[in-house]
Amino acid sequence: MAVDINQIDEIISSHEKSEESLLSILQSFQRKLNYVPEEGIKRLSESFDVPESRIYAMATFYKALSLVPRGRHTIKVCMGTACHLKGGGLILEAIERELGVERGGTTDDMRFSLETVNCVGACAMAPVVVVDDEYHGHASSSNVHSILKKYE
Amino acid sequence: MGAISSFNDLDRYREEISSSIREDIPRVLICFGTGCQANGSVKVAEEFERVIKDKGLKIGVDLGVKTTGCHGYCENGPLVAIKPKDILYLRVKPKDVAEIVEKSIEGNEIVERLLYKDVNTKQVIAEYQSIPFYKHQQRIALRNIGEIDPTSIDDYILRDGYTALVKALKMDPEDVISEIEKSGLRGRGGGGFPAGRKWRSCRNADGDVRYVICNGDEGDPGAFMDRSTMEGDPHSIIEGMIIGAYAIGSNQGYIYVRDEYPLAIKNLQSAIDSAREMGFLGNNILGTDFSFNIKISRGGGAFVCGESSALMRSIEGKVGEPRAKYIRSVERGLYDKPTVLNNVETWANVPVIIKNGAEWYSHFGTENSKGTKVFSLVGKVNNTGLVEVPMGITLRELIYDIGGGIPKGKKFKAVQTGGPSGGCIPESLLDLQIDFDSLTDAGSMMGSGGMIVMDEDTCMVDVAKYFISFLVEESCGKCTPCREGLRRMLEILTNITEGRGKEGDIELLEELCDVLKWGALCGLGTSAANPVLTTIRYFRDEYEAHIRDKKCPAGVCQALITYRIDPDKCTGCMVCARKCPQQCISGEKRKPHTIDTEKCIRCGICREVCPFDAVIVE
Repeated sequence: MAVDINQIDEIISSHEKSEESLLSILQSFQRKLNYVPEEGIKRLSESFDVPESRIYAMATFYKALSLVPRGRHTIKVCMGTACHLKGGGLILEAIERELGVERGGTTDDMRFSLETVNCVGACAMAPVVVVDDEYHGHASSSNVHSILKKYE
Repeated sequence: MGAISSFNDLDRYREEISSSIREDIPRVLICFGTGCQANGSVKVAEEFERVIKDKGLKIGVDLGVKTTGCHGYCENGPLVAIKPKDILYLRVKPKDVAEIVEKSIEGNEIVERLLYKDVNTKQVIAEYQSIPFYKHQQRIALRNIGEIDPTSIDDYILRDGYTALVKALKMDPEDVISEIEKSGLRGRGGGGFPAGRKWRSCRNADGDVRYVICNGDEGDPGAFMDRSTMEGDPHSIIEGMIIGAYAIGSNQGYIYVRDEYPLAIKNLQSAIDSAREMGFLGNNILGTDFSFNIKISRGGGAFVCGESSALMRSIEGKVGEPRAKYIRSVERGLYDKPTVLNNVETWANVPVIIKNGAEWYSHFGTENSKGTKVFSLVGKVNNTGLVEVPMGITLRELIYDIGGGIPKGKKFKAVQTGGPSGGCIPESLLDLQIDFDSLTDAGSMMGSGGMIVMDEDTCMVDVAKYFISFLVEESCGKCTPCREGLRRMLEILTNITEGRGKEGDIELLEELCDVLKWGALCGLGTSAANPVLTTIRYFRDEYEAHIRDKKCPAGVCQALITYRIDPDKCTGCMVCARKCPQQCISGEKRKPHTIDTEKCIRCGICREVCPFDAVIVE
């Protein structure tokens, strides 16, 4: 996948030039480009004079960052305690069956990436499935299909 | 409004905005917490705006529709409160709005079907404060949430916001610290370290630059009080931090917010901006020579970053790994400078303590745990949501009086507190008074205040496995006991839940727990044993049933259970057969069905969709 170097530079230059900004720049890559591209790590290393290995360490340490492109929509199945008790695990399995990908994976058509998250802080509506920024409370294995069908 | 440049200016400004408000005219407060938004409160708010405009009612200072932070009673959202009558409507839909406006705003009636109805007594209650969920609460940290629009600094100022800052700035910094010490406030993030003592150590530490940090990396699964505070009352955190910074002599603060909380980041940023515009942040605050700024740092989705030393590394733009505890953050914290780190709830308590005095605050709570604590009461309990109660309340009062007991007439089994660092407390300890020390004595801990209620359908071995697998994923891998020990524990627990447990496994788990407790580097590892140790301590028989009889008494562990259809209850409606992903349910229409247990993957869908409760797990 071709990456627009200008876009990368734009993201880098829109942040304050201090090492404190590293994590938020990587997050901007993730949000705007859907992943942290290799070119981004290189440019960041050059402009901040920080070894590539250190940026790579951050990109693999923080779960919000991915080195491969993510799907158009991100499904986060909550695995918090309350959701676990109310069957979050069964919902994850149902989505895995529905999409044919395992957790951490992306569908071939790039429509969905499937992730789990340790509590989204909406325990009162457990079990919860979050698609992009939309919360679906009181989810169940049998309504997985109807939750996902509106996302193209 | 320009910057407020003196103490008197703030009073004048408050009078100015309060004179334009008439308390006797109805106001509509719509909950915009995450829970209510998910349940459709945005549409409800739009409908209110539309109906009020269509009717030509006066909007604005007279009839205000306000969107607020979380009211806590998330179970019943979207919540709509009508002031000044204090009516609380539950589960409001856009189609209900016209009726509410006609009856409760224009008229003087109540829409009864939208009121709270007690599940046990069937009593209908209109007033906010009389609903059992709210009646037993004492809201100090949550004082403004649900009452104000979090994006309006005027709302905060009207409720005496920033008066504590004025009071503190007139005091000597040492006296501010003494006041916090006297109040007995202990850190609400989990450890319970006395906040005042932490501040004093930091003030006394050598160094030219000092930092204050707010830990908003609320990672404990099942806890969301910090989220609600950041979203619903950001100024109380900011005011607390400014007071703390003044007390220890700091000019720069950071709020570290969890990546999963976008609304919290948005509301905090807008609050910081308006506080700066008004002169509460920036140079020469309120005309004094004290200057202070706050930056938001967004987390990257790593649980270990809730640990203070890992969090500081993360702010610095590094991998968030913790360091050994003998280096104290109050001496060498962020950038190796003296740093005070407190969590969201602790900071939110600071302004009220300064405003009302230490004596007032220490009047709540127990001997060694003063004040109140916010709990998120979730899991298998009727009234789920956020509650704030005085320390010393019993678990029974919290779960039964406020929480309304266990749904569907099921039996209570345990309550889990303290997140992955805490433990499960059994029924025999329900009369335990909740404070920092009693929970630790019971083998659990206060943690950030998650309180997850478990009923008879919960398998305690599965719960232990759940927490250990959580911690395996979140362990940063720096020290061996945590990295390797947790993996071995997960293997043993997986064996037990899959029917491969053997004699001696329980003892081996206990031994590994001991190694972790003494050998791990940071709090994540040293407390990781608690979920296993408490479930063994209080529910050893369940472990034994898995190991010896290869049975899961609660019917949870997939390898040890089978699904069966009760022929007496099954009506042959075919719903389960149609929904079964394995197509392993067969039978004729209107005749009892059967499940092919060989093909069954125990996904539970048949049980979920059966309208007659005919699917049995054994």
